[in-house]
Amino acid sequence: MDALLPPLLNGTALGALLLLAALGLTLTFGQMGVINMAHGEFIMAGAFIAYMTQLVVTSSNISIVLALPLAFIGAGLLGLLLEVGIIQWMYRRPLDTLLVTVGVALILQQIALQIFPAQGVPVESPEWLDGQINVLGYAWPLRQVFTIVLAALCLAALAAWLKYTSFGRRIRATVQNRDLAETSGIPTRAVDRITFFVGSGLAGVAGVAASLIGGTNSQMGTQYIIPAFLVVVAGGVGQIKGTVIAAWALGIALSFFADWTTGSMAQVLAFVLVVVFLQFRPQGLFTVRTRGLT
Amino acid sequence: MTKLKPWLPLIGIGVFAVLLLVVAPAVLSMHWINNLGKYCCWAIAAVGIGLAWGRGGMLVLGQGVFFGLGAYAMAMHLTLESAGPDSLPVFMILYDPSASLPAFWEPFRSDVFTLVAIVLLPVIVAGVLGYALFKRRIKGAYFAILSQALAVALAVLISSTIRETGGDTGLSDFKYFFGFVLDDDANKVMVFMIAAALLIVCLLVVWQLGRSRFGELLIATRDAEERVRFLGYDPANIKLVAYVVAALMASVAGAMFVPIVGIITPAEIGASASILMIAGVALGGRASLFGPALGAMAIGWGQSSLGSSWPDGWVYILGLVFILVTLFLPMGLSSLFGRVKSLVWRSRDTPAAPPATTAPVLDEVEK
Repeated sequence: MDALLPPLLNGTALGALLLLAALGLTLTFGQMGVINMAHGEFIMAGAFIAYMTQLVVTSSNISIVLALPLAFIGAGLLGLLLEVGIIQWMYRRPLDTLLVTVGVALILQQIALQIFPAQGVPVESPEWLDGQINVLGYAWPLRQVFTIVLAALCLAALAAWLKYTSFGRRIRATVQNRDLAETSGIPTRAVDRITFFVGSGLAGVAGVAASLIGGTNSQMGTQYIIPAFLVVVAGGVGQIKGTVIAAWALGIALSFFADWTTGSMAQVLAFVLVVVFLQFRPQGLFTVRTRGLT
Repeated sequence: MTKLKPWLPLIGIGVFAVLLLVVAPAVLSMHWINNLGKYCCWAIAAVGIGLAWGRGGMLVLGQGVFFGLGAYAMAMHLTLESAGPDSLPVFMILYDPSASLPAFWEPFRSDVFTLVAIVLLPVIVAGVLGYALFKRRIKGAYFAILSQALAVALAVLISSTIRETGGDTGLSDFKYFFGFVLDDDANKVMVFMIAAALLIVCLLVVWQLGRSRFGELLIATRDAEERVRFLGYDPANIKLVAYVVAALMASVAGAMFVPIVGIITPAEIGASASILMIAGVALGGRASLFGPALGAMAIGWGQSSLGSSWPDGWVYILGLVFILVTLFLPMGLSSLFGRVKSLVWRSRDTPAAPPATTAPVLDEVEK
């Protein structure tokens, strides 16, 4: 048990971070079919917003709390800009959205590199996150607990929003049958924009969490985008419960593999694991049943 | 004109061959020969991407992994050859004077094994991965993401194993290329000629595949996979062949890249390098014969000249290439010729042929 507990807890925290990064993708990729490779750069934007908030509000205790909504709005606006400027012309060409957003990602990285120092910026964690809590004899850093709580809150809010609000109903209606939704009087274009805003905003929130755990620099987005997409693919596109399970499983797997071998070998093994998993569930954990050809 | 038309691509390849193999060595300075050799390597990989992506519809975002397999196989051989028989590569001794050669290096002492490995390694990796994915009908974005994940995984693995592979510093300082001294100008021209000839061979292969029954099936699979399946073919096998051929070309490109450039690092095979390969193909025109090769050469030129003299601006240009080409010219610059031609000839010709498929029709219906 002593050897199993630390990777289990660390893996859960890593899974929570992956979940935060992937939640936005379940909206933009899963619900709208847009493959947004700039999602990682929205995470980066969130992290830099956390840093800038800290420059204005010097007390790190408060700034991190302020940074969360600011990062949500900031990254969301970036996403909105992307949707209105580029993506809206490309809904009929899903694979091409991938290429366009690769270009956007390159440009955003370069902008960040020119504004902020290349070696990255420090985001101080608040004092109330400095401690550890004792879990069965293992000192679990509070920062990891914070990530898990944040991920759980975002998850609950998103799920409730999709399920219980009239707006969530409209999103689901648009996803299931765009033409029918439109004829029923739902403004599908506006729905698209708000979905994209929320999906990108969640990346900003993930960025704040990421800034407390890893470095904040112009390249940080590239390290989250692939695992986040793997989570969405393994979880089943557009399925929030699948994303949750896949994120947690991938986080746990990564930290156990890293424990047994090395951090880089863990990435290779995790990739193999996902490919093997897709042999059994090519559509991911949960699928939407349709009569369409897959 | 009509009799000549099917042979036009072949004539084009011939002209290209004369330019690369006869004119270039006679006209260009050593510096530019070396650069052109580097662009040829990227072009070889791009020709394969054109086959897999342009004609097969598989967005191969991780060709760097096969480029890397070929490159590292070649680099390991050249490192051992430079070190001499029974001795260790210099970097290994630097890290640990008492180190012994890792077991997987040993066979690369042999010329024959290295050449076989450059061909077989990518075929095995692409074959296994492609079989696993295509048979389970994993396609589109899923396939793209997974292929990029593989490239990232290999790059991370290599950069973390400093003692075995040289890590981030990579492998460099090659003195011999299968017995030839690499520092000699005549031998450099020879290496360039091999790369250029391989590019011509790859173009010929793709041209021949394109006009064969396989080529028709490949395009049919791209445009309407279900219909191909209902006609009794297995789309998975068709895609697998195209993917393996593309992987093989990327590996050959990587293998030639090493003696020409003189260094291979994980940065040349990771996500951003793979994306750079895609950029050239998208710019040139993914479904055309020459588009990928010429586009890759253009991007290669930009990367090595602008990329070093004006690195900040180059990234913006690269980003804009992706955005503008995808938005306005999904079939790349080569489709411009078709558009201009149809504008000019519209009055006297029969209606222009429908543009090369932009979006698979059936896929839209499914969604």
